[in-house]
Formats: sequence, C-alpha cells, structure tokens
Amino acid sequence: MNEPEANGDLLVASGVRKEFGGLLAVNDLDFTIPQRSIVSLIGPNGAGKTTFFNMLTGLYRATAGSIVFDGVDITEKPPHAITKLGVGRTFQNIRLFPQMTALENVLVGMHARLKGGILGSIFGLPRVRREESEAEEKARELLAFSGLRRADDELAENLSYGDQRRLEVARALATEPKLLLLDEPTAGMNPQETAAFLAFVGTLREERPIAILLIEHDMKVVMGASERVTVLDYGEKIAEGPPKEIQKDERVIEAYLGKAATS
Amino acid sequence: MGPRARQLRARVDASADRLATRTGLNRLAARWRRIPRRYRSWVPFLILLAVAIAYPFYVTHTPTNIPLILTLPTVHDTVTILVFVVMAVGLNVVVGYAGLLDLGYVAFYAIGAYTAGWLASGQFQQINFHFGAVGVGSSETGIHISVWLVLLIAGVVTSIGGILIGLPTLRLRGDYLAIVTLGFGEIVPQFVRNADNLHGFDLTHGTFGISPIDAPGFGQSLHNTVGLPVRYDDSFPPTPDRLFFWTVLGILLLTIFCSIRLRDSRLGRAWIAIREDETAAGAMGIPLMRTKTWAYAIGAFFGGVAGAYVATFNSGAFPSQFDFNISIFLLCMVILGGMGSIWGVVLAGTILAWLNVEGLANIGSWLNANIFPASHQIDVPKYEFGIYGIIIVLMMLFRPVGLIPERRRKREIEEGTRGSLDEPLYEMRGADEPGAGERGSPGRVPRG
Repeated sequence: MNEPEANGDLLVASGVRKEFGGLLAVNDLDFTIPQRSIVSLIGPNGAGKTTFFNMLTGLYRATAGSIVFDGVDITEKPPHAITKLGVGRTFQNIRLFPQMTALENVLVGMHARLKGGILGSIFGLPRVRREESEAEEKARELLAFSGLRRADDELAENLSYGDQRRLEVARALATEPKLLLLDEPTAGMNPQETAAFLAFVGTLREERPIAILLIEHDMKVVMGASERVTVLDYGEKIAEGPPKEIQKDERVIEAYLGKAATS
Repeated sequence: MGPRARQLRARVDASADRLATRTGLNRLAARWRRIPRRYRSWVPFLILLAVAIAYPFYVTHTPTNIPLILTLPTVHDTVTILVFVVMAVGLNVVVGYAGLLDLGYVAFYAIGAYTAGWLASGQFQQINFHFGAVGVGSSETGIHISVWLVLLIAGVVTSIGGILIGLPTLRLRGDYLAIVTLGFGEIVPQFVRNADNLHGFDLTHGTFGISPIDAPGFGQSLHNTVGLPVRYDDSFPPTPDRLFFWTVLGILLLTIFCSIRLRDSRLGRAWIAIREDETAAGAMGIPLMRTKTWAYAIGAFFGGVAGAYVATFNSGAFPSQFDFNISIFLLCMVILGGMGSIWGVVLAGTILAWLNVEGLANIGSWLNANIFPASHQIDVPKYEFGIYGIIIVLMMLFRPVGLIPERRRKREIEEGTRGSLDEPLYEMRGADEPGAGERGSPGRVPRG
C-alpha cells in the first residue's frame, strides 16, 4: 500500500497561505495526499485545520499558494466545481438539509452526476425518469451502506446525532468523490460511537477506491485509523509522519500539553 | 380507555354504522375504497376543477345577499383573481422553493405586459408586421403577432429580464437581495412611465400606456372547422369574459403542472437545498449562481405570461398597473399559503386576490348595513393593507407554516399519527407478548 509515488499524489497543496485581515491562519503550508491513502490533519483548537480544509473545498480562497487536485489547479475554483472534480466533504458542525429527507439529502449529493434538465423534467421525458429512479435506487443503496437502512424517508433533522453524521458521509459519497474530506467527524460522539464510526471509515476505505483526509483535534482518534499524520499549530506544520513517530514528537506534545510536559 | 368508555364507543360506532348503511354512505365508502390508491388524490382535484370550469354557468344564479361576502365574484373579476394566482405560483418558485426574497416581482409583470403591448398593437406605427393575429386588418400599422405566440414570447423575454436582473443581484444573500430587487421593482415602472421620448422614439407611450392591444382568438378557419371562437373580444356566445376565464384557468393549470414537475426534479431539489443551507448546497456540487438564476428565470416566465395575459384582457398596458404594492401583495399570498406549498399558495392567492378585487368592498358594505350604525360607517377597502398586515401577523402567530403547509413541513407535524384510516387500528402490545401483531395481516408488526 505504501507506494503512492508510483501513482502520483492525488492532491498537492504547496505554499498555501490564508490571512484574515492581520491574522495569519495558515502559513505557507505544503501538504500532499497520496492516492487511496488515509491521512490525518490534527492540531489544537484554532490551529488552522478547518481553514485549510475550506481552502481545499473552495469555500475560502487562498491568499497565496496553489492547490492541485488530480492534475487540475483548483485554487481559484468555486466549491461546486471542486466537488464535481471529485472532492466530497462533511462539515465540522453538521450541515445537512434539515427539512429534506435522508433520501433527498443523498440525491442532492448526486446533483453534479445527474443531467436532468428543466424541459426534460417538465415533460417527464423517459430519459429523465429513468435517471431519477436509478438515482433513487443508488441513493437507497448508499444509505444502507452507511447503516441508515430504515431512515430513508425520515427528515434529516429528526435523525439521531450519530445517524446525522452517517448521513453526511452518505451524502458526501453520493458526489462520487476520489477524495473524501471528513472534518472532525467524531466530534460530540461517545467512545462507542467513535469506535463504530472509525470501523465504518475502515470499511469505506476497503470497498471504495478513495483517499480520505481526516481532521481531528483529538489525537487518540486518528492514531489507529491513519497512515500518516500531519500536525498543525498556529497555521504551521510542526510535524508529519506515521502515527507512532508523531506520538513521540516533542514539538507535538508541547503543542498539545504545553512546555512543561516535555521536560 | 376504561371499560365504560369502550362500551360507549362501541355503541356509538354501531349506530353510526346503521346510519351510514341507511343513507348509502357505506356503499359510497366501498366504492371509494375500490379506486386504486394512487388515483384517489386525483378525486378532490378533479371535483375542484369541474366546479371551477362550470363557474360561469352558476355564478349568475347564486344569491346576491350571502351574509358577509354578499355575492360571488363576477366572471370578469375572476379572470383578474386567477391572473394573480398564476403570478403567486410563479413567485412561489423564487421565494418558496429557492428561498430568494424577491420584493420586485411586479417588474416581471410589467415586462410581460409591455412585451404584449409592443408585439400585438399599433404602438410602432413605422412598422407594419403581421403574423397570425386575428381580426386585424392587413393595412393596420404596428406589430401584430398572434396573442398565443405573444404570451410565450412575453414569458421568454421576461425570463431574460429575470436573468439580467439576477446576474448582478443573486450573489447577494437575504436582506441585501430583497433591497436590490425592491429597487428593480421600482425602476421598471419608472422607466416605462418615462420612455415615451427616447431621443424622439416613443417606446412605451408614457403615462397613457399602450392601448388597444389585440385580443386572442383562433381565427376564421379554426372557427369554421372546430367551432373555436374567432376573436375573444367580440365573441357571443360565449361571452368574452367566459373565454378569458377558461383560458386563464388553463394557464393556471399549466403553471401549477410545471411548478409541481420542477419541484420534484433535480433542479427543484437543488433549489430547496439552497434554501436550506446555501454553503452545504455549494459543497455538494450545486452551482449556486446558475441554480438561483434558473429560479429567477422560471419565476419571471410565469410573471411575464401573466402580465401579457392581463394586457390582452384589458386591451392595454398602463404604468399605473404596476404598483410596488403588487409585489408585496403577491408575497403575502406566498407567505399566507405556506412557502413552497403550491396548493397553499393557490388557496391564499384566490382569497387575497378576491379580497382585493371585490371581497373587501362587499364585506365592508355588509358590515355597514348590518353591524355598524349609520353614523359610524366604515370604508373597509381603505384599510386594505392594514387588513392584509393583520392577516399576516395572525398567521405568523398561530400558523406560521401557512394555510396548507408544504409537504415536508407538514410531515413533521403529522409525525406520530402514521398510517391511513383505511387500515385497522392496532393496539400496542410489546413484541414479546402473546398475540403481538396478530390483529393485522401476517407479518405486519405494529409500529409506534
């Protein structure tokens, strides 16, 4: 599995920088995601993880630097175009469409992969009908795959917290991503839910040819799940490597626990 | 439920059953059950449609002293009411589906009306262009295109207008969008009022408006072969009002049909997703600008068709028709009916437009005759917007989801009362208790 260089990197971010007024949120960050890998980005609260994440998905525009995904420069592209290229994401604080059913949420995720136009929908052309029913079937499969079998017609806002997280992943998978970005997916979960979710991410990884970027501030969560961990602090990369090394890295311990802990 | 209550209920049920058998209601119910379920929802719609189509035949025979409302609206007024409903359904696409607050919808109404004015009247005397217009002498100057075609063209032209207005404004969110659309709603009528001398060229005929505008019709040959009216405005029988009424009913049905189909399409889902969470919608691959612009264009299309139809119905387009109030009035219909709910908007649109056209005047004169003393007569229509305001405030307090809430919102309320009345009611028992679920068809486990 450890031959990403042969395939090339799926995502290459070089010298990415983001300033909010005088605040430097991300400072000249270099970051790569190899094909089919599962990597993590961790750091204390306010380290710039989500800011970086939002630049990858087009929500923020980088002040400087470039982001290349699958050979395409996406630095200046809007979110929907990046999604279409194959970047799916979830949000740190769940952002489902609360008044839509679980099924509809997933169907929205498929938007970029469907073609049905205005006139086709109004006249109910067979092509559009077929596409819709196929999409629905596929959406039900995705929901079942994500462990939401009986929730298809439930409004998203009525789902339990854990199920909402799962639905967010299902919706992101519906965009047919090559890279799945999970922003603190286990935030607010208890240890059992966290373990179940990580097992789900493991299955996902085995069954689908996608790369996963996991953002976490809880170090314990990512250690078991990821192949490579990058640690951010104050917008700068302070360490990068396999989980075992990171756990021993003095600068990381310092960032998390303060200086006294290292001495 | 105690044993006595149960006994009482059994007795009530039994006597209700006897009554139903005697009156033949049971047979009706049995017949109702034989209709396949997927067609059942059509029944109320078809009844309503039949009542609507037959309206011109019974309206003249209804009493004119009904308490409070006095009389049903005349066929002539009903045309105006239905045109407003068409526009409300169009605005519902913008406001209800896509969640874009548009306070300038009247601009689309005006563009539609003036497009009809330009393409089906003698406004441009320099030109002599005829295409399919009925009852217009070939020597008459101006552009005379068949009104049916003009309705379509007006829709398309207004759509383009909607896109042009949308491109710079739709980047804005919420309140800012509302303010800018408000501005456009004012600009268009002002432009129309002042465009009678554009470097010597009379585009809109200023405050006098464009009049007369050609009437719709099917021409002599269709009249001779299938009996369709030659020209609406000099037809008898049926009277012009009736023809205009049936035609606008058809336009309304088409509008509702398109609106439902769009709601349930990929585009409709994208609109609702944008309404729910714009950022998440963008991250899910929905192109925000393009999708919102489509909502604008389609909303504008219906507004344009309605405007053109009113123009041909009144045989004129006048700047005084396109008051800012109309935008607010249409918005009231959408809010009152339930944002995004087509049938709610149709119902609320009918009620409000009727109040506007003659309802308030009728209610006022009934109140003056029966309630208020002669010394304190009140001119009710004068308080029109105060009354609409009170209606909206009351709605927001007591039924914020609207008269007929949108399906997805209604489902939320109805949660817990699942299952239809046709199925036997279950009593809840634990799944491990003996006899659990045995009262229904096998394999069906009660849910609760």
